[in-house]
Parts: sequence; structure tokens; C-alpha cells
Amino acid sequence: MEFDYQFLFSNLPELTITGLAFGAIYALIALGYTMVYGVLQLINFAHSEVFMYGTFATLWTVWALTGTGGGVGGIQLLLILLLGLVMAMATSALIALALERVAYRPLIKKDAPRLIALISAIGASFVLAELMGLRDKVTAWVGLDDDLDRYVSGARINQSMASVVNMPDVNIGGLSIKTVDLLVIAAAIAMMVIVDQFVRRSKLGRGIRATAQDQETAALMGVNPTRTIQYTFLIGGLMAGAAAFLYMLKIETTKFDVGFLLGVKAFTAAVLGGIGNLRGALLGGLVLGVAENWGQALFGGEWRHVVAFVLLVVILLFRPTGLLGESLGKARV
Amino acid sequence: MRRNKVVGVGAIALTLGLALSACGTTEDDNGGGGGGGEAACDLTLAFFGPETGPAAGLGQPIIQGAQLAIDQYNEDAECEVNYELFDSQGSPDEAPSLATEVAGDESIIGVVGPAFSGESAAAGPIFAEGGVPTVTPSATNPTLADNGWDTFHRALGNDATQGPAAAKYISETIGAEGVFVIDDASEYGAGLAGIVEEDLADTVVGTDTIQAGDTDFSATVTRVNDSGADTVFFGGYYAEATILIGQLRDGGFDGTFVVADGVKDPAYLDAGEAAEGTIITCPCIPATDPGVAEFAEAYEAEFGEEPGTYAAEAYDAANIFLDGIAEGIDNRADMLTFVNEYDEAGVTKQLSFAENGEPSEVHVYAYTVEGGEIVPEGEIS
Repeated sequence: MEFDYQFLFSNLPELTITGLAFGAIYALIALGYTMVYGVLQLINFAHSEVFMYGTFATLWTVWALTGTGGGVGGIQLLLILLLGLVMAMATSALIALALERVAYRPLIKKDAPRLIALISAIGASFVLAELMGLRDKVTAWVGLDDDLDRYVSGARINQSMASVVNMPDVNIGGLSIKTVDLLVIAAAIAMMVIVDQFVRRSKLGRGIRATAQDQETAALMGVNPTRTIQYTFLIGGLMAGAAAFLYMLKIETTKFDVGFLLGVKAFTAAVLGGIGNLRGALLGGLVLGVAENWGQALFGGEWRHVVAFVLLVVILLFRPTGLLGESLGKARV
Repeated sequence: MRRNKVVGVGAIALTLGLALSACGTTEDDNGGGGGGGEAACDLTLAFFGPETGPAAGLGQPIIQGAQLAIDQYNEDAECEVNYELFDSQGSPDEAPSLATEVAGDESIIGVVGPAFSGESAAAGPIFAEGGVPTVTPSATNPTLADNGWDTFHRALGNDATQGPAAAKYISETIGAEGVFVIDDASEYGAGLAGIVEEDLADTVVGTDTIQAGDTDFSATVTRVNDSGADTVFFGGYYAEATILIGQLRDGGFDGTFVVADGVKDPAYLDAGEAAEGTIITCPCIPATDPGVAEFAEAYEAEFGEEPGTYAAEAYDAANIFLDGIAEGIDNRADMLTFVNEYDEAGVTKQLSFAENGEPSEVHVYAYTVEGGEIVPEGEIS
């Protein structure tokens, strides 16, 4: 195997920034895993589908508003994108809430073992993904497939909003950087800070932390556990929706099973940073994104995923609870 | 041609199976079931490949190409040939049980297919054992011919002929000085990219591998730009190609993008502006070729659309079997001999097969993306 040090070091800034951009998307998805885990000690495997529905919400909003011609620019495009973001966040939040209501709450109420909820999560993940992958058939049953043709045809292949958004590159100190990368990094970090502060400072956030520490005691202190769990899913869904929007801005293409790989990576990021820890999710996502890019530069593309998971194993060997290894409940104000 | 997404690995090309079956009006002989007479009655040709599923779009032209041949034959035949579709969904997992079903149906005398290389590999041994002659109009993995299945035939050039043609186009027509070769680690993509890399030798300035299913290729883009390549060859399917070319163009690469038949799908045009100027090589004959004009016209009249990828090859494959039926062949063993010795002009090329089932004549064509369409540029010779 050849180690291409020279290539890595001569292109370090570019590789780092593109890695950070994708890592930021990992981080936003990881937030959903980490919050639900923190509160329920449950890995919400269907969270990847929450993200996937967000990508489609963005895509369809953009399609519906730009028409077939494309060629929208200026303020109008900005408004369309803003609406795309709102739609993505709303859709993902709705899916997350529906998941909690249908797949988890009945089990939690009956005090079912965590393993049962895990199976339920995997099942829900399949149902949601295949529902999207079979949307042409589903709409055909209700006779809407002709009206919605553009949105439901090619249900199992990539759908794209390429060439809608074209942003010029930014030049910083002789280094040409894509605007979208900067935007993704900045937006992701901003949102993480907002959520972090919300959980640390607001009354609701205190409730979430209390429930994470000890659900029964929190309930005795007047925190409504069902409500708190709902909010946890809601926040995770909103962030997954934002991630979906940023992902579509950067990659421009989605498919019904796009959540799988990203979900695995985001979950890895959550564990890497310390699952149950909000700041850990951000750190884990960014570290993972950069490590993947550096690893690919050094060893070649076929090693990209290997690098990601070797990194995970090595870090867990030395820090079994992840980089920041502190749980949601222990976060201090 | 297109990826079988469920497995996450691409099955390469389409294969179709036409099975003809003998009528069984007389005693069974040769495992075929035969009726004597001039042209045999109640025979069935089978299509074997994706009718539904993720790759259904690629199965369609093949199904229709063979359908056209059979319809034309039936028009003035005393005994009509039946046409049965065996829907594998393009999946190697479905293929063995379906192939067993085909082999068990004595009335099926020949198969147009299987459509993809993956399912061909899975179904091949069963067809060989059952003595069912197959002619695939689309499976291009070179190793399929090395299995010693005497029933296997291919009506188009394999990847081992497409690779050198692509390399030739890159070095002679484009005149590339620095080529960057990318593959998707699939059997099809890596194999093809390997051949191109070997043929271009000194002009290759770098290589990289991406993973099917990945969507962020920024590190690969950086590597391409760093290498200073003026041409990129990608061995893989359109799903990754669509995203890859978008990111390459975004990243400032302005050279030529060359891909193979795995990308020749309308879905590639989703890349929009970025796809413009892409060169696609394919062993499939363009619908505008004078040789297929008559076929293309008949096809359009019957199905209301231009013949898609590999429709003409499927038409040829079906016609080989139909010629045999017209000569009074009514069992699989005789049909196999007939196909092995076949040497007639088809619409795509002179049709005859080498011992291992490979076509003795091979053509590779170049296509280019222009104005949001994939337009033929001509044969690479």
C-alpha cells in the first residue's frame, strides 16, 4: 500500500474543509441519535429515515416552486430555499413525532425491554424507507400516480435538483472554497450551539436533562415524561430536517435508501463523540468527516470507510465512552 | 448496464432470455418434447430478466425487442410461437429458482437472456444442465463465457472489448494527455477501469476508487484536480456517475468525462449542465444506424417509442431462435446445435458465435451528451 503523504499535505486545506462540511451534516443527524439515547437509552435506528424524508421534502419543494425550467435566481431562489428548509424541518419533525407515537410510546408504556424497542426501530426504519421506495405503487393504489408523476416516478433511483443552485466560489488567502461548504459548516455549528444552549438553559431543556438522569424522579418533580420524550424526538427531527436541507444543497441528489449509509455514519459520529452528549455529537461528526477525507487522500478511496471505523475502534479502546464521554443528564448549566 | 440496487452491486448488462418450448404433441425425445412437421407448433420463447424491480427500465426495451421479432414471425406463421416473461427483477437471488422453472418447462425451446451479468452467473449452470439454449442481448461480464456452459451465447461484445475501445477513443479521438481513472469497486466498473488503465498506461496520471452508494466525492475531486488530468474515465453505473460529474464540475474540472454503457441511461441526464459533453461508450447499436433503420421504424410503430438500449440486440437474439423454429426445430438439443452453427446477418451485426458463446463480430459505439440528450457519435474503430 502506498501512503500518499505528499498529496495529503499539499491539499490539506481543501480536504479539511470539504471533510468538515460533510462532517457537519453527520453531526446534525447524530444529534437525533444522541438525544434520544440520552433520554431513553434507546438507539433510534429509524432516525436515518427521518433524515431521508427531509431530503425529499426539500427536493419536492424546490421542484414544485422552480417548475421544470429552473433558471430561478436572486431573492426568489433564496425564498424558495428558505421554504425548502422549513418544509424539510417540518417533515422530518413530523416523521420523528409519528415514530415516537407509533413505534415507541406503546412499548415504553408497557415497560417493554429496550431490545424490543430496538427491533421496533429497525422495523419502522424498513417500513419508512420502503414506503418512499414504493411511492409510485402506493400512489397508484389511490389513483394519484398520474397527477404526481414527477414526484413519484423513478421511486427507486436517484432524484436530483442539480443546476438549481449555483453559488460562486469564495477566495480566502488564495484558496478557492465552495460557498456551499462554508454555508453548511456555519449553519450546522450555529444550530448545534442553539440546541446546546436550549437544552442547558431553558425550562424544557432542564426537563429533558432531568428525565435523562432519572425518569421516575423527574416525574415526581413535575416533569411530564411523555411530553419530554416527545420534545426530544421533535428536536432530533428538526435537526435531521436541517441536515437534510444542507445535504441537498451540497449533494443535490437523493434516493429512498440514502439514509442508510448516512445513518450508520451519523450513529458512528454520535458514539465517537460520546453518545448522549450533544457537544460530543458535533465533535464526533466533524472528526469523522475530516478523518474520512484525510484517510481517502492517504490510502485511496477504497479505504474511506475502513478509516472511519478503525478510528472509531481505536478511540473506543482508549476512551470507551467516546471523546467527550459524558451523558446528556450530566451536562451542567 | 444498470445497478441492481437491492444488492448494492451492479449487475452489469441486461440479458434476456427467450425460451422456446416445444409443443409436446408427440413423445418426448431429447428432453425437448417435440412435434414433427415443417415448423413446429406450440413452442415458447422465454424472456429472462427484469420486468419489474429497480432495473425494470432496462428490461423493457429487451422485452419489446424480442416481442417485435416474435410478432413479426407470428404474422405469417401457421403455428404461432408463444412468448413468456420470466421476471427475475434483475436479481441473482431470484434467478436460480426461475431458471429451474424454465428448464422444467419442456415447451420452452430457447431463452433471450438473462439480462444482467449477475443473474446470468446464477442461472447459467441450470440452463446448461437443462440444455436450454440462451442468447443474452446485454450481459457483458467477460467471465460468463469461461464457465464451459455450452448453452451460453452473447449477442454483443463483452467488457473486455469495450475497455480497449474506450481507451482508444480517449487516446486517439480526444487526444488526452493526462487521464484520471476512477472505478466504483464493482465487478463491472473495476474490471472495465482496469482494462482502460492498462491500455492507456503512460497517460494515466492517477487513479481512485469510490464506493457505490457514497454521495460525497470531494476527496476524489481534489485528487483529480491535483493530478492535472484533462480527461477522467469512470468505470461504474449512472447513479454514482451523475453525482460524480456534478461534483467534478463544481470542483472546477473542465476536461472530458468518459464513461461506459453502465451510464447510458436517461437518468444520467439528471446531472443537467454538468453532464454535457460526456462521452459514453457502449456495445449497443444506435437507433439511427442505417442497419437498424427498418427495425427501429417497426419498433416505433408497435410500441410508440424509439428502441431503447439493447432492443435491437434482443430482436436479433429472438430471431436466431425463430429462424430455427421456421426450419422445423422442435427440441432444445437441435436448437442448441442450430444456434452454435448460426451464421446470418442480424440487424446489429453478422451473428455467429465462437465455441465459448462469444460473438465473432463486435462493435463498440461512442455516444455523447448534447443538449440534454444522449446522441450517437459513431462506431469506435
